[in-house]
Amino acid sequence: MDSQVLINEEQFELILDRLAHQLLEHHDFTNTDLIGLQPRGTRVAHRLRDRLSQLLGNKEVRCGELDVTFHRDDLMMRDKPIAPQENKMDFLVDGRNIILVDDVFFTGRTIRAGLDALLAYGRPNKVELAVLIDRRFRRELPIEPTYIGKQIDSIVDQYVKVEWKEEDGVDRVILYNSKPE
Amino acid sequence: MSELSVNHLLGIRGMTRDDLELIFKTASEFKEVLNRPIKKVPSLRDLTVANLFFENSTRTRLSFELAQKRLSADVVNFSAGSSSVKKGETLVDTVNNILAMKVDMVVMRHPHPGAAHFLASKVKTTLINAGDGTHEHPTQALLDAFSLREKLGNDLEGKRIAIVGDIRHSRVALSNILALKLLGAQVRVCGPATLIPKHMMTLGVEVSHDLDETLIWADVVNMLRIQLERQGDSKSIPFFPSIREYTMNFGLTQERLNRLDKQLTILHPGPINRGVEISSEIADSDHSLILDQVENGVATRMAVMYLLAKR
Repeated sequence: MDSQVLINEEQFELILDRLAHQLLEHHDFTNTDLIGLQPRGTRVAHRLRDRLSQLLGNKEVRCGELDVTFHRDDLMMRDKPIAPQENKMDFLVDGRNIILVDDVFFTGRTIRAGLDALLAYGRPNKVELAVLIDRRFRRELPIEPTYIGKQIDSIVDQYVKVEWKEEDGVDRVILYNSKPE
Repeated sequence: MSELSVNHLLGIRGMTRDDLELIFKTASEFKEVLNRPIKKVPSLRDLTVANLFFENSTRTRLSFELAQKRLSADVVNFSAGSSSVKKGETLVDTVNNILAMKVDMVVMRHPHPGAAHFLASKVKTTLINAGDGTHEHPTQALLDAFSLREKLGNDLEGKRIAIVGDIRHSRVALSNILALKLLGAQVRVCGPATLIPKHMMTLGVEVSHDLDETLIWADVVNMLRIQLERQGDSKSIPFFPSIREYTMNFGLTQERLNRLDKQLTILHPGPINRGVEISSEIADSDHSLILDQVENGVATRMAVMYLLAKR
């Protein structure tokens, strides 16, 4: 299958470092929490949390995991039900600054559902969005990320996969010309 | 796997272990939703459900209705007492008339065994059986098993579960036996000989008429309600001589539990006849899962409707 490496291991590290520093420019994390979107945004969120915590002198950075399945707008259009993932939200978001974190940003529909799911946990002061990969040119909703790891230009048929050391042995991002089975 | 192997929930019979596991996994996510400050998700907002209750119910009906509302479905309720059924309309006609009003899913309780299966073969809609006579009550079995897994761990393989009381008239008993056997548990039924159907062993369960000996064997006891409304009319021969005698032989009392050197987990599908099949102090004790069962009922029913919703 045709594929190319978009981000190699070295660039991957640099991008996460930069994102962490960008977040620190705007937040001191006394009133700010990270929330990773299930299933794959949580990995990005955990990596950012570890980096931020290190940069802040081992200060604890709260990080939730949010599943958007029940809030999706395409639930009844699919042939099969979508199996939900686990929610790990052991705090409320009233008055907090929230940074939603996802791996690949594409149409904006997942984030729309994420915002909806988030509001079930209270009224945040401010919500921002950090993504590792931004596939621009295919927005279906007026939602834009605040912090971007890398912007890429791709066509609809292509598929972007983020691989993680914990699962695939190496941190990198691959662009496939068609969606792998 | 993210799909059930069935299109309706008519009974536990016909389902697979994978189906049950999928329902449990989905239910535990819905349970988390129910503990959020906002307990509602928009998943089924384009779905309309009719609750048809041809027999009385409080708990099951409320539980289904709450589950539907938490999923943002539109709900219509129907009880036989105040309907055209009284004027002689047939079941299929009644349901087809309701479906003509664009209803997507039907939850039905009916006094006749097999009513849900009959209806599923006659009308085009997703059907959930909320109890058909003395036959099956699948969502009760699912929520009982879900509550047990929460308490005893996800693997019920080899766990010993006793179902005590009026097995003959109980739809909860049959659904529970089928579900627990699917999950690998050992099941024993216990009650007076008149209230246990013949050929019970063909379901792969043990049969006992001695409560004390059963309590020694069991890890869990599911105390069924004595269904006074199903004991026949005043002219027929009673299934047991008196309530007092039943309680003496088959009532769960603190005194009985004190004789054991272990803690049993106690289930009861409700409504409780306090002081008949179970004493008040046990029903209200820490080892009773009765209120957990009610809480988990909403999450389990949300999972079933979510997974069966036609797409």
